[in-house]
Amino acid sequence: MEKKLYTISVFTENQVGLLNRISIIFTRRGLNLESVSSSASSVHGIHKMNFTCTSDRETIEKVIKQIERCIDVLRAYFYTDDEIVYQEVALYKVPTQKLLDEKDFERIIRVHNARILELTREYTILEKTGHESETQALYELLAKYGILQFIRSGRICITKSPTEHFTHYLTEQELRRQQIEKN
Amino acid sequence: MSERITGSEAICRALVAEDVTTIFGYPGGQIMPFYDKLFDFSDRLNHILTRHEQGAVHAAQGYARASGKVGVVTVTSGPAATNIITGVADANVDCTPLVVITGQVAVNSLGTDAFQETDVMGITQPITKWAYQVRRPEEIPWAVARAFYIASTGRPGPVVLDITRDAQVGTLDWDYKKINYIRSYNPAPELLPGDVLAAASLLNRAESPMIIAGHGVMLSNAEEDLIALAEKADIPVASTLLGLSSIPSDHPLNKGMVGMHGNIGPNINTNRADVILAVGLRFDDRVTGVVKNYAPQAKIIHIDIDCAEFNKNVKAHTTIHADAGKALKALLPLVNKSKHTEWLATFDKPEEVERTEVMKRELEPDDIAPDGAMRMGEVVRKISEASGNKGILVTDVGQNQMMAARYFKYTLPKSVLTSGGLGTMGFCLPAAVGAKIACPGREVFAFMGDGGFQMTMQELGTMLAYNIGVKVIILNNDFLGNVRQWQAMFYNNRFSATPMINPDFVTIANAYGFPAERVATRAELPAAIERMMAHEGTYLLDVNIDPEDMVFPMVVPGAAVDDILINTTTKYEG
Ligand SMILES: Cc1ncc(C[n+]2csc(CCOP(=O)(O)OP(=O)(O)O)c2C)c(N)n1
Ligand SMILES: [Mg+2]
Repeated sequence: MEKKLYTISVFTENQVGLLNRISIIFTRRGLNLESVSSSASSVHGIHKMNFTCTSDRETIEKVIKQIERCIDVLRAYFYTDDEIVYQEVALYKVPTQKLLDEKDFERIIRVHNARILELTREYTILEKTGHESETQALYELLAKYGILQFIRSGRICITKSPTEHFTHYLTEQELRRQQIEKN
Repeated sequence: MSERITGSEAICRALVAEDVTTIFGYPGGQIMPFYDKLFDFSDRLNHILTRHEQGAVHAAQGYARASGKVGVVTVTSGPAATNIITGVADANVDCTPLVVITGQVAVNSLGTDAFQETDVMGITQPITKWAYQVRRPEEIPWAVARAFYIASTGRPGPVVLDITRDAQVGTLDWDYKKINYIRSYNPAPELLPGDVLAAASLLNRAESPMIIAGHGVMLSNAEEDLIALAEKADIPVASTLLGLSSIPSDHPLNKGMVGMHGNIGPNINTNRADVILAVGLRFDDRVTGVVKNYAPQAKIIHIDIDCAEFNKNVKAHTTIHADAGKALKALLPLVNKSKHTEWLATFDKPEEVERTEVMKRELEPDDIAPDGAMRMGEVVRKISEASGNKGILVTDVGQNQMMAARYFKYTLPKSVLTSGGLGTMGFCLPAAVGAKIACPGREVFAFMGDGGFQMTMQELGTMLAYNIGVKVIILNNDFLGNVRQWQAMFYNNRFSATPMINPDFVTIANAYGFPAERVATRAELPAAIERMMAHEGTYLLDVNIDPEDMVFPMVVPGAAVDDILINTTTKYEG
């Protein structure tokens, strides 16, 4: 079956230990998580975790169902790259002297839309936001100056549909609660 | 005005509020505040001190599965918390509702490798339905209420509450509310009428339909619904190992057990049926054989309360996401009254072959082993009959398990307790303790191997202390028989680490004050069974079993379910 990079978004209650419970669902199947990120969502009190993982669609569908089975997981969705707008942030620390010696430096920053976050005598910290291929391209250019430190964030994403599909789910659950209370 | 009480008292009160009457457990340092309070609740909470924490969990499992209630376990931290793991994992795969409370070190010692601190959350998360660490006393009522709700609803399972010392000794304002709603968890999904219609129309058009009853039937008390549907539409019923006893053994539509050591008829016909109604089962690989050759011709209707089971192992043609009882009740009026006489007759030939080629050898052997050793099947069947086929069968794991499951007969529902998904040796004796406590009016038969008995035989002490009467039958082949069988069949008779040098089990039973006897030959068996049945309370039979005895039929490992050996060299020809 065809393997692809999938982005998995999981909406959860704010409970300790959930990230572990969810990530072991991937690791049990030997799936390598390529990135993980977690933050508040647009709904008050609800967290959104993002994972990326290369696998086939059928496996991802099974994983999604197993994630949704966890208590305190509200909903899980998976996307291919064309269904979402996504970004990653990368930070690069390079020796300032090397950069100053290099004529190309200013052009690289411009072309790659990178920002200088901090500049000292010894080092310069650059930031670039983009897809992995873009932050990687900059990495490769800077590598010749010697990169002192590098880090790339997990993928964050927003779907192309107008709202988080998920608010509809919350409305349904609220109706369910009212129904149970009535009985 | 609410009352100010300690966390320990809150745990006791919460257990009472959840209708708990029996707890299985073992005390120790970090659970002592709770045990101290439990002393005051001894009139309401009957604590059974098992001889090992693994025994406590298996006993709670036996209790839960025989009674339908939640089994409760309380143990201390560290080694006690790690001793519960096997049972918790077993309950998780076999969908057994448990609430397991572990004591934990004080909050400010967490993460410091304090004495008897283990990472209970980290260890139990992968094998529980929910696991939660309680750090503050005020969380106790909520956590306990949530634990019971989660353990007992939907697809049941084990919950672990890791309760720190601070939460036990601190105080809170007592206020208890049962929980019946969790936003992220819907254990009673709305039945979709379209799904029921689709299933009914498949069944109505079927010419050779078959029902496979899983554990879900019993978990949702749907035995009668199952039988009603089968009878109305005249559909043969097979069961998984954990679905056994959902239909009586002698019901004309009961065609036996599916799976590796199941009956030939239902295994063969799995690959001939045009429609399979799978009720509350998860298509374990011991049931399906190699998945790609499993029922390729059949349209499969899968009923399950856990939608993560749909298409996990076997692709379903249509699904009903509901508890088995609800789904079967909805199907019944939509299913046509029907007759499948010809299809049902196709079970006759494999049944006949199994009777003459396999069962006869077990039930009425005409050869006599040199030392008079018996076959497991004959022993199991005679004991089953001695109980009027009304007993609760508890098995261990191995040949004894398969033979007991195959040859015990069931007239009442919820009559089989066995470790299916995990296959835990040592499950039997403690589970039988729990079952007897849950059903004091029923005779409980614990069938086990010489290997498995020795894994948890310390629970004879629990039986002694609480006067728990279980009929204990050791099917003693002086071998780890199940492994031996594979060595004989697939490893050139190289019996690596399977012969057992065993103690005198009769003396062991006697040491605990239980009458016991060694049954060496076939001739001695009937009288021994009679003495056992006549005795009130625990009685142990150590039965001499032929080590060469093997379990057949056997679906060839790694093959399709209709590829079946009826002895070491012969395959069933259909
Ligand atoms: C805890 C555990 N360890 C090992 C096994 C593997 N195993 C399965 S059956 C079996 C042999 C059991 O021997 P015995 O209890 O004497 O039963 P028999 O098969 O002889 O009836 C073993 C070792 C297991 N299922 N569980
Ligand atoms: Mg044995």
